[in-house]
Amino acid sequence: MVTRMSTTVIREIDNTSNDPRQRPVLITQGADFGPITDSVSAVAEAARPPKIWYVAMGISLCLTGILGASVGYLIWMGTGIWGLQVPVAWGYAIVNFVFWVGIGHAGTLISAILFLFRQKWRTSINRFAEAMTIFAVICAGMFPGIHVGRVWFEYWMFPIPNYLNLWPQFRSPLLWDVFAVSTYMTVSLLFWYVGMVPDLATFRDRSKTRLRQVMYGIFALGWRGSSRQWHRYEVAYLILAALATPLVLSVHSIVSFDFAVSILPGWHTTIFPPYFVAGAIFSGFAMVMTLAIPARAMFNLKHIITLRHLENMNKIMLVTGMMVGYAYSIEFFIAWYSGNPAEAFAFINRAFGPYAWAYWTMVSCNVLSPQVFWFKWCRTSIPVMFVISILINIGMWFERFVIVASSLSRDFLPSSWGYYIPTRWDVLTFAGSFGLFMTLFLLFCRYLPMVAMAEVKSVLPQAGRHPGHGQYWGEITPEENGEDRP
Amino acid sequence: MHDHTAKPQTKAEPSTRVFAVLAEFPSGDEMLEAARKVRDAGYTKWDTHSPYPVHGIDEAMGIRRTILPTIVFVCGLTGALTGLALQWWTSSVYYPVIVSGKPMFSLPANIPIIFELTVLFSAFGAVFGMFALNGLPSLYHGIFNSGRFNSRMSTDRFYISIEAADPKFNRDSARKLLESIGGQSVEVVEERAAVEFPPMLRKWGITALLVLGAFALLPPLYTLRARTRTSEVTRMQLIWDMDQQPRFRAQMKNPLFADGRAMRPQVPGTVARGEAFADDHLHRGLVDGRFAATNALPVTESLLQRGRKKFDIYCAQCHGLDGLGQGMISVRAERLQEGTWVPPLSLHDEVVRTREDGHIFNTITNGIRTMPPYGDQIRVEDRWAIVAYVRALQRSQNATLEDVPSDRRGELP
Ligand code: HEC
Repeated sequence: MVTRMSTTVIREIDNTSNDPRQRPVLITQGADFGPITDSVSAVAEAARPPKIWYVAMGISLCLTGILGASVGYLIWMGTGIWGLQVPVAWGYAIVNFVFWVGIGHAGTLISAILFLFRQKWRTSINRFAEAMTIFAVICAGMFPGIHVGRVWFEYWMFPIPNYLNLWPQFRSPLLWDVFAVSTYMTVSLLFWYVGMVPDLATFRDRSKTRLRQVMYGIFALGWRGSSRQWHRYEVAYLILAALATPLVLSVHSIVSFDFAVSILPGWHTTIFPPYFVAGAIFSGFAMVMTLAIPARAMFNLKHIITLRHLENMNKIMLVTGMMVGYAYSIEFFIAWYSGNPAEAFAFINRAFGPYAWAYWTMVSCNVLSPQVFWFKWCRTSIPVMFVISILINIGMWFERFVIVASSLSRDFLPSSWGYYIPTRWDVLTFAGSFGLFMTLFLLFCRYLPMVAMAEVKSVLPQAGRHPGHGQYWGEITPEENGEDRP
Repeated sequence: MHDHTAKPQTKAEPSTRVFAVLAEFPSGDEMLEAARKVRDAGYTKWDTHSPYPVHGIDEAMGIRRTILPTIVFVCGLTGALTGLALQWWTSSVYYPVIVSGKPMFSLPANIPIIFELTVLFSAFGAVFGMFALNGLPSLYHGIFNSGRFNSRMSTDRFYISIEAADPKFNRDSARKLLESIGGQSVEVVEERAAVEFPPMLRKWGITALLVLGAFALLPPLYTLRARTRTSEVTRMQLIWDMDQQPRFRAQMKNPLFADGRAMRPQVPGTVARGEAFADDHLHRGLVDGRFAATNALPVTESLLQRGRKKFDIYCAQCHGLDGLGQGMISVRAERLQEGTWVPPLSLHDEVVRTREDGHIFNTITNGIRTMPPYGDQIRVEDRWAIVAYVRALQRSQNATLEDVPSDRRGELP
């Protein structure tokens, strides 16, 4: 890799100390404007990405091919190739949709909610998480799109009248979902892009070839870092954050309405909206971890996405994991307390019925496994957190599977009970969606600014030394700064 | 910002002119201090540039608060009203549909979409409003003519530029000011002459764009026209769905059968369910091949009651409850005056009164002239009941004194 930082070896530096006498250090090495710009741009400017990038891209492309083939076959044959069978008429498609949409919540949470709470550590990971959000929402949006079977009638979901002048049913949670997810996608995209404009300008200014200059130049829109522009830019960003915060909460609430508004035992509960939102944040952070850990190693960003950032995310995962666990137990309590036999049966069946294996997988992954984060050495051990993050991803998928399959397969009428068995096409489509997700993500890492450089700069100590504004993080000694070069 | 009127451009002038004087600062704090002084020197068309938003610079430069929040508020309000109007108009005015027993307009169920549209419109307002106020995209700007600026501004250097468009601008005093307040490598940025399109190209380019734009409007216009008109041509099906599946219809050829007919004749020697018309009188209203003069069923009071009920259901809408032909349908059709309606014959007409019972039965079963058949809707027994009731109706309108029992004639007025 050609980088001006080649003299500094990026090491793992423990900056997780919470000594109240010092402000925590967020950038461990080369915490200055130039070096940060260099190390973030190095990824996109390198003549070749690291070899491992090619390997990952190869695998992702194969999976994307599988996705294309299975979706093509689905469109050709119809949804009969899936394991859907009454009474379980909602299977993998909705499970995967909720899974991906949930993952897509972490990005906006990090960029918007943590922004409003002035959590400065967000700047190292927000870009990355926002990109992940967008790709996850793309994968999510695909599933309702293909599950209608006859994809050429997709436009029936749009608010336009059909040839009998009949409009879509605006009182259905499924239509709310269309509005919520497409608004979320649009706003996340705008948020991501607006945040990226100054960094694209940096890429434009550093371009060595005409093509790069023109391409980055167009998307940088002619940004010239003018303070008059920055002023409006910051106001716009703040407003976007304030808008995105209720939005992110509304989206998963509405997704949960898809279930909660129906009258099926196991779905028809008022706890669903907060429970789903907590789960979404939980799974989203887990996915950020799963991606951040290899990416920071692959692209030499250990000094920008530091152990402290990872530890903070682990703490959030511990909290949201417990919230999810709380929701699981409250569901059981209400099932008993309501005195409704159908409800009580639904939950006993969930934990001890034919889907008990899925239920207990979910509980152990989501509730038990994050408990290790009570211990600091687990919160700061890369292998431990990587494994836990993957377990959480698995657990959160199973959560949706349990909700959908166990409730539907045994509803009010025992004579029509069934057992949902996905077919190979269900599984291939799901696996393929990971391919799409990873492909987009790897392309992003390679061609776009992976870290919000301008934002990281604005929270560096150097940026805050003027009168009237306190220093954000105190002095960074050269040793802390990793400037003791070997 | 590249104001072409700053200096009147004459032919003699060289192809470049001064755009601004630019000074570099190593840190945001130094730029901030310097900015205060530039502001105090009374310049208006000047700017500072930094790789990240420097805190306190708004106050130092005297930047007024942007109106962006107001724009966003207006957009948000528009979004909310759009969401409300869309749902209210479509579901309670344009095409009212009752859903789950709720009122046509049920606000709580409309809130999610109102909320989403509020957020969506506000976000558009924030982003595009910000771009518009910032004059973006503007891929060219005079300041980009400075190589130093291009290479360091977005990385780690801070700049102040005083533009030639400023009324107070003077190249030397601006340079002096910037140097005196700590500006480094102060330079004069020259603006490149604007690249002019050849007029021919511009003219044709605009024409071509207009023509293309007009053509692009055709498909939506055509769709709009198609939606507001009726057509005799069957709908075009891009994808054949289940309503268009290939199948054999009545009167079609079918090569699968030896006789080539799609409609299959009844198997010889069989009778279809409900089609065993064994009794000519009962089922066809015929006796010895002629219309039966009498009812096939014994006429009792309960038969007449049943006949009345069925007549009121099946016949009265055209013939009227009294059989005079003033049924709702007939009245309305006459009012429309479309010229296609044949009023039903009064059942008290001489012609009808002299018909045999079997003939009236046949009229109900198979229809007559413009009256449609009702044989497939009314059971045989009920048809005879109606016949009996029609007879009673006719008696009621054409009764003589003899029809009244002699002991009750005194009750007549
Ligand atoms: C859709 C309107 C309509 C309904 C319903 C209807 N009729 Fe008629 N009916 C007509 C019209 C119109 C004629 C006159 C036909 C003509 O002159 O072309 C007619 C004629 C008749 C005649 C006289 C036919 C003849 O020339 O002898 C009889 C009897 C009669 N209807 C009986 C009935 C009875 C009984 C029913 C109920 C089962 C009935 N109609 C229901 C429209 C209707």
